Amino acid sequence: MATEVYEKLEEEQLTNKVPLKIKMRPFIILGPAFLLTIGILIPFGMAIYFSLTNYSFKYADYVFVGLENWLSMFTSANFWHSVGVTLTYAGLATLIETLLGIGIALLLNRENFISRSLRIVLIFPLVIAPVIATIIWQLMTNNSVGIYSDWLRQLGISNFNWGADPSTALFTVLLIDAWVFTPFVTILVLAGLRSLPKAPFESAMIDGGSAWFTFKNLTLPMIMPMLIIAVLFRLMLSLQMFDIIFALTRGGPGDTLMTLPLTAYTEAFTYKELGVSLPFMLILWVFVYFLSHYIVKYWTYTQNKASGK
Amino acid sequence: MKKKIIAILQNVALLLYAFYAIFPLVWLIILSFKHDRDMFNTTFIFTPTLENYRALFSDGEYIGYFLDNIIVSFGAIALSIVVGVPAAYALARFDFKGRDGIAFTFLSFRFAPEILVVLPLFLLYQELGLYDTYVGLIWVFQVLSLPLLIWILRGYFEDISVEVENAARLDGYSWWQVFMKIVMPLIRPGLVASALLSLIFVWNNFTFSLLLAGQDVTTTTVAMLQYVASDTVHYGQMAGAVLISSLPIIILALSIQKHLVRGLSMGSVKG
Repeated sequence: MATEVYEKLEEEQLTNKVPLKIKMRPFIILGPAFLLTIGILIPFGMAIYFSLTNYSFKYADYVFVGLENWLSMFTSANFWHSVGVTLTYAGLATLIETLLGIGIALLLNRENFISRSLRIVLIFPLVIAPVIATIIWQLMTNNSVGIYSDWLRQLGISNFNWGADPSTALFTVLLIDAWVFTPFVTILVLAGLRSLPKAPFESAMIDGGSAWFTFKNLTLPMIMPMLIIAVLFRLMLSLQMFDIIFALTRGGPGDTLMTLPLTAYTEAFTYKELGVSLPFMLILWVFVYFLSHYIVKYWTYTQNKASGK
Repeated sequence: MKKKIIAILQNVALLLYAFYAIFPLVWLIILSFKHDRDMFNTTFIFTPTLENYRALFSDGEYIGYFLDNIIVSFGAIALSIVVGVPAAYALARFDFKGRDGIAFTFLSFRFAPEILVVLPLFLLYQELGLYDTYVGLIWVFQVLSLPLLIWILRGYFEDISVEVENAARLDGYSWWQVFMKIVMPLIRPGLVASALLSLIFVWNNFTFSLLLAGQDVTTTTVAMLQYVASDTVHYGQMAGAVLISSLPIIILALSIQKHLVRGLSMGSVKG
């Protein structure tokens, strides 16, 4: 009995003479997930198709216009402004959150009462929906009941208009973005810090290495894998940030915060021009896709390194 | 002496950040217990009132948003579990051609720009009659939850030694029995954690609920924003509403603390 089963097991380790039924098993099991995935792929295909038409929500019929939407996008000043805003927003958000996240993680990694008690509390903002976070900050900063505006007034600054002023709008959305997402970098880095071996740090202490020297040559290289993942995740998601900007200013004031997602939204739902709006998102998708490809490559590399392949 | 000063400076820096991170939430709690007439003198001294909460729950409206949110979130997660658990197992256990390609395809949907998915879906849903329905939202929400589940669970399955399964097979159990009786109990904590994490993501989603629903089916994020946009704003009620919609997810996050790092990094960091 046992030998029979064992032979069958041997076969199932997918040698060359596996019966078809067993060979197909993974695909059968994956089947339902595949079906859902194909369902997701349909919108992508549709998006590419409709970007080549003049489809508008205002009219029932549409015609094929080839690359017209694409060409007019590349030649419009709006598009380049939008690319600039998107990259500025994503770059600054990622930079601020990374630096702040590392700093806070290092501070939380100390063994004292303050650090220990704040470790869990500080991740609260991360699980609050970005839209809700924006509403909370609007409550803090509005002109009549906002406590922050009130404090600024008491400091003698009465003309600070947060999201409503083109010069401070970017600052305000970044403030909210950092409020929600800095903890993301913090918990990944903190997890990295807590899994570090003790020995190298003890020898560094004995050799009298400065704190900066220890951080630069020991800590940073060791937490690099986590850090890179945290940074790339933040970069990909901040390139697509829609919720916070939409909730705060709808892309305004003027076109100050018209990132690619906001521009696509406005074209499609304000001007009803679906065909015109799609290239703005497709170009972002291509960019993000290559980024995610890079993540995946890096990932495989780190995982293989970790498992010693 | 120098060490002491550094330690003090570090504590000050940390407390400053803590103030930035936590004070808005503290203020929210305070606002929600404030009467409308106490709103405009922003002080910490006032008579707390439950008026705002009473107003919130007096009509079924707010509770309705909550129910909508619960229905679509749980629907999406249930669908993802049924489909994702076997898929994750196959990707972890079987070595077949194109395995990594398939896994990465699933992963890439996690970073698919939401607006890009929404625009064609908006059209499709109008045609199919899925616009503003539970089914429509559940289907689009599993775009968020399925990749997350598959990737995190794959890691949990890989953590279980294949020898355990083989030993059970030698004892004469069928593949299906081994999967249900041995493997599933082993990954249960991971499954619960990743399901709850997906739930947080779905619960917090705004873009899909804003653009693919909004009249019959309104989730809390969309409802809140409409509430802010309407001109008769009761700040205290708003604070209460925001607080109550965020409490469940904070509690959820606390309950899966141990798995949070692994989940947030899609299983790449074993925290």
